[in-house]
Amino acid sequence: MIINRSRYMTQSIAKFLIWMGALSTIAVMILILFQILKEGLPVLHLRFFLDSPKNMGREGGIFSTLIGTMALTGVAIFFGAPLGVGTAVFLREFTRESKISRVIRFGTDCLAGVPSIIFGLFGFVFFVIQLNMGWSILSGGLTLAAMILPTVISTSEESIRAIPPSYREVSYSLGGTKWQTITRVVLPSALPGIFTGILLSIGRSIGETAAVILTAGSSLVMPTSLFSPIRTMSVHFYILAREGISMEMAYGTGAALILLVLMINMMAQWLINRYIRHRT
Amino acid sequence: MSQGSKIVIKDFNFYYGAVQALRNINLPIQPNQIFTIFGPARSGKTTLLKSLNRLTDLIFGTNHTGSIFLDGTDIYDSKVDLTHLRRRIGIVFDLPTPLPMSIFDNIAYGPKLSRTNRRNRLNEIVEKALRSAALWEEVKDRLHGSALRLSGGQQQRLCIARILALEPEVLLLDEPCSGLDPISTTSIEETLFQLKKDYTIILAPHNIQQASRVADRAGFFLNGELVEEGPVYQIFTKPRDKRTEDYVTGKFG
Repeated sequence: MIINRSRYMTQSIAKFLIWMGALSTIAVMILILFQILKEGLPVLHLRFFLDSPKNMGREGGIFSTLIGTMALTGVAIFFGAPLGVGTAVFLREFTRESKISRVIRFGTDCLAGVPSIIFGLFGFVFFVIQLNMGWSILSGGLTLAAMILPTVISTSEESIRAIPPSYREVSYSLGGTKWQTITRVVLPSALPGIFTGILLSIGRSIGETAAVILTAGSSLVMPTSLFSPIRTMSVHFYILAREGISMEMAYGTGAALILLVLMINMMAQWLINRYIRHRT
Repeated sequence: MSQGSKIVIKDFNFYYGAVQALRNINLPIQPNQIFTIFGPARSGKTTLLKSLNRLTDLIFGTNHTGSIFLDGTDIYDSKVDLTHLRRRIGIVFDLPTPLPMSIFDNIAYGPKLSRTNRRNRLNEIVEKALRSAALWEEVKDRLHGSALRLSGGQQQRLCIARILALEPEVLLLDEPCSGLDPISTTSIEETLFQLKKDYTIILAPHNIQQASRVADRAGFFLNGELVEEGPVYQIFTKPRDKRTEDYVTGKFG
């Protein structure tokens, strides 16, 4: 009887703790959103998005940083995604478990654990100085590409692994070559998972600060080419707040960042769902 | 070897690593017949079928000795074009395996791989294949719907149609009705009867009743060995080997 009661006791305590865990997660998220949006939303007007920053960012808008953010993230994905997906395909379709695949996996796991500032330092020494690309969209983008590689590789590999082996067997049995099997059956089936990985990477790229300052600079001038230095929204936010230039504008930038990420996520989710519905 | 045989299997042994799955198989197979290979589980039926279009190549660590001739050419010859071979010898697996795409794209998958087919020709091919597999009437209004929404029996006939779209010469069927209800099974068996006019069919049935219902000739497999083969009537009523008799009368298996 006593034992029984203690079992029920344990059950209710566990239930309480688990609920608390879930609720506090949501509470933290709401608090952050609320804080940023409360301070930031009043600043957000169309002009804020379309005007370039003036007077160090005290006045004007964030247009050049918005462009900088998108350009940098675009370059990062342009280089990082194909490389990562290619590596995942290699690991899953071209090798069995072997020394090479273990070395590659160990390498990506290590990369995943490296702090972003170290990537920044590497990018600064290698791209900015060694290759003489200067603080630029290209230097920053390539650095971020290296940073997001582990995420792209592991999520792509996971979704390729989840494809039933029978799909491949069918493709081969219908006279498909390995390449045809990969491009027509494996990758299309893995696409939602790969896309999710790329989405995570976009989020990381947009939010990155330390590595970006070191490799893409913090110039407020509108970029004209891939070799122009830029300032991303995250860096803008950091500098505005850190140097006490304008908290109002900092919050505005933060709110814009959140909305941007939210918008990208919603759009991507919509695309993924549409794709999956179309295929099943 | 036997005159007029479509396929001749000669002294064929097959190994998964150290495990021997087929032992010294010798078997001629005539065109325009249904040849059924039956026997208990793990007797080597699937291995034999997959050896016939070299899907076993995909498995690591396999080995074989002996030869398999298709129209007199050894399919294990190094000059054989694998993708071409697999188009000539199509296989249907034990469980329906539609690809996650539309009905149309499933059927067109094979023809499109060779890039020789233009769109309007594809429509013809798809319709013809679906008609041959007795599926056209059921799906003609939703060709661009997902193949995954078809019933199990329809999916299996889709897989047959997908093979037929390649206009192969030999059809391998590995327990194609194992996951299906009796009505779907009947419609697939009727389809097979129609198909044998144009194709050489090798069928691993999911039970011996099916073997006796549909086949012209039968071979009994046990532990990787071909115990005996002959006309279905003889195999099921007057088997020469005691083991065949025990199996067909239900003493084991």
